Amino acid sequence: MRETDPRSIAGKIPAPDRHVPLVVVGAGVAGVAAAIEAARAGVEVVLIDEHPVDNDMMAMDVPLCFGQRMDGSVRNRALMLERVVESNPELASAHEAGVDVQLGTYVWGAFVNGPAVQELPAPMLGLADDRRSWLLGYDRLVVAAGARDVLLGFPGWERAGTLGAAGAAALLTRYRALAARRLLVLGSGALGLHTAALALDRGVEVAGIVEVDARVRGNAATAKTLAGRGVPFFPSHTIRAARGRTGEIESVVLVAVNRDGTPVEGSEREIACDAVCWAVGLVPSVELLHLVGARIRFVGALGGWVPDVDARMRTSVPTVFAAGDCAGFHQGMLTEPDVALAQGRLAGLAAAESLGARVPAETRRAVAATPFATAEVHGHWRAWLDSLIAAGGWEVNICQCEEVTRRELVATEPPRYLKWQSPQMSARSVTTLLRDGPLNQDQIKRLTRAGMGPCQSRRCREQVGLLLARAADTTLDRIPLPTFRPPIRPLPLKVLWPADEPAAMREEWVSWFGIPTQFSPHWTAGMAIDEPTAHARLILSDE
Amino acid sequence: MMADMAGTSGAAVVIVGGGVTGLSAGWWLARAGVDVLVLEKGIVGWEASGRNGGGATHVYSPFGLEEQRLWPQMDELLGYPTEYQRDRIGVALSEAQLALARRWAEIGETRGFRWELLDRRQLKELVPNVGDNAIGGTYLHFGGHANPQRTVQAYAWALQDLGGRIQQFTTVTGLSQRGGRVTAVETSRGTFGTDVVVIAAGPQTGAFADMLGVWLPLAPARVEMIATEPIPLMRVGGVAGNGLYGRQTLRGNLVYGGGPHEWINVPDMATPDHANTPLVRNLARRLAELLPGAAHVRLIRSWSGLVENTPDGLPVIERLARPDNVVIATMSSVGFGLSPAVGRAISELVRCGRCEFADLGALALSRFTDTPRDWRERVGWAAVPSAVEAAAGGDA
Repeated sequence: MRETDPRSIAGKIPAPDRHVPLVVVGAGVAGVAAAIEAARAGVEVVLIDEHPVDNDMMAMDVPLCFGQRMDGSVRNRALMLERVVESNPELASAHEAGVDVQLGTYVWGAFVNGPAVQELPAPMLGLADDRRSWLLGYDRLVVAAGARDVLLGFPGWERAGTLGAAGAAALLTRYRALAARRLLVLGSGALGLHTAALALDRGVEVAGIVEVDARVRGNAATAKTLAGRGVPFFPSHTIRAARGRTGEIESVVLVAVNRDGTPVEGSEREIACDAVCWAVGLVPSVELLHLVGARIRFVGALGGWVPDVDARMRTSVPTVFAAGDCAGFHQGMLTEPDVALAQGRLAGLAAAESLGARVPAETRRAVAATPFATAEVHGHWRAWLDSLIAAGGWEVNICQCEEVTRRELVATEPPRYLKWQSPQMSARSVTTLLRDGPLNQDQIKRLTRAGMGPCQSRRCREQVGLLLARAADTTLDRIPLPTFRPPIRPLPLKVLWPADEPAAMREEWVSWFGIPTQFSPHWTAGMAIDEPTAHARLILSDE
Repeated sequence: MMADMAGTSGAAVVIVGGGVTGLSAGWWLARAGVDVLVLEKGIVGWEASGRNGGGATHVYSPFGLEEQRLWPQMDELLGYPTEYQRDRIGVALSEAQLALARRWAEIGETRGFRWELLDRRQLKELVPNVGDNAIGGTYLHFGGHANPQRTVQAYAWALQDLGGRIQQFTTVTGLSQRGGRVTAVETSRGTFGTDVVVIAAGPQTGAFADMLGVWLPLAPARVEMIATEPIPLMRVGGVAGNGLYGRQTLRGNLVYGGGPHEWINVPDMATPDHANTPLVRNLARRLAELLPGAAHVRLIRSWSGLVENTPDGLPVIERLARPDNVVIATMSSVGFGLSPAVGRAISELVRCGRCEFADLGALALSRFTDTPRDWRERVGWAAVPSAVEAAAGGDA
């Protein structure tokens, strides 16, 4: 038996109370399909989804950008649960197939052994509801976490009413709780057109669709239908500012842009609206995949950083699969929901087979992977950003939580509350940092605090990356993936804490290693400040 | 000093490791007009140097008085903000915790610093988030804390402002020796000639010592920390206790660590990813016990860092006898707060072979001459063999 250090973590992380062969995270099209396929193959499956999320979480724009446009009904948890179930009939099929469906449950962490962690008894997920947290062990994991919103800042975007397409869609469909009457959509690709049509269908007026490009990017027939329903289009336009009293968006000033993205002076027009919805794209939610150590790479046509998956949706971690929007999102998937469905089924079947379940060959053959889009999207985002800078300037907050402006970011200025001024500091910027090597978003984040707030950079991650790429005269794919850290949902201490702890965890807890001589005054060599450990007795026995 | 240029861009002094110790040493050397080059395998301060609790209260150390003297001047000396804040409050939830807090305070008193014992009422006046579970505490009118991320960058920038150089993304692979001296440092990006080498490479320091035939027993370990969303600023940000170290940042976040570490292996020059474990929940619980008034606050981040310990937990700061142009520096997991003083000590060792302001006798490498090679296994500090290593062993 090996000697153990009683102050080390060895043996102190207990196995989770429950361990299941397969956990599927995300009950969208892909996740439900994966869970059903695996359950039908005889595997015990737990399917977890965080919706309905509670009002406090939504108010932080977590997990999607809801823009403070939730109506009061979101406080009624029972009602929201009912609506979430109602809006997703496939959940009933999953339940019938024997899947253990857990809604309103956050997945805030994934913990696996690796080069720096060897003491975990099993791979496990950190779960929580609004009252408590717990751990769930798994043999296989299917991540079907969807995609999150992309927002870009403009003067006044901190006001209530700046949403993302995924947040708006959730409020319009799953929650039926959008507190907005007149929505302006930014972006004319399939996502923008889809968002506008959804709003109209749900009785929300659409004040217009704005596009920085000279022409509508989405399907012409769909655009024509929307125009026929009275939706005005504003190609070659960008936002100059959002206006309103008391922290609310009441109107937006649009300005026409030249081909180079600069504003056409005198072309401003004010559009009344109480919500602005960014619909230029979505970003695959790879947080969990990152935490389990799956290899992630940048694919411009799929929204950015996506997991490497094989033909059966298996990631570089053999026990983890990815399916649906989190495996790569492109706007064509909105009109072809079969892609997510096929990926979900593939992942569910592959996970089941890897657990020893027998899957009839004809079932597997019936599922065919659909080819992906090839058009990269980030050039379009960059065009939007350039136009917003030209129209709105540099003194615009890029990070709302920490109040960091575009200028402060590229000047790598310390946060305003430090009130720091020195000639040395003024001479520093991302340009001088570039001399030391490629820009790293995590480093800039530490210096400027952009992305360090409670929303966990959900509102600024992409625009910080784009702005750094712009400053470095490069493209977004050259800026390394900023890390994700648990908890990937901001949860209160009193929710995250464990109700009980192993006795060893409590009794052997020390603030720092517990080496008795470590903090001994140097003039009294050997005087222990802490209780001697077995180690100390051995090392110090000669003295 | 003139560099014996083996490569095209050598320096009089080459520092291996852009952590807080190496950067501070480089900055002090550059202040003295020495041509210095810091080689860093990643980004400066990227490992434990930039992700620790930020504490600067180590008066027990031979560098303790210099630490206390220097920190209040560091912003001005560097020209960049470190967020240094003075004073510390220790919160005790039990008699044992109070005894430990008092012990810490009394060590300070021995060195001429002032402190007060606080009863529960006084403690709650100073730190309203403390609960009825607290029995009292200590108010240290010394010590303090700073922002590690900002400080490491400040060292790096200040060093450059003085003409020093930093080369990031450069992994040191070997040390060329000739005539009983190290003459050049071999790296992934070329060879750098030098007159003196400082090895301050954190967990990898032992491997470099080994290249020189020097036995430096080090055990790497992983430790974890958590950070909450900001809350209104407390009067003193340096509040700790209940087995936690840390602080409230000037932004208002509660940033704390503590609890069990995991002994690991760092088999090559790469540093593994900064993974966390469910320990973050236990840390959350400890923090909520320490500050029950903040139990509703949201945790928004956690992280981990790798640190190295010598068998007695004390630093090794030594200019070797042979090769005689090498300084070895490991702070044994307690490097950030002491960095202003240690950097100065290393600079003096490089320039004149001895430290003028502190007695480094207790930190000599010779204390480990008889430490057996399998000491980690013997004391229970060995890593669990990783699956990869176990598989490799099985094949052999």
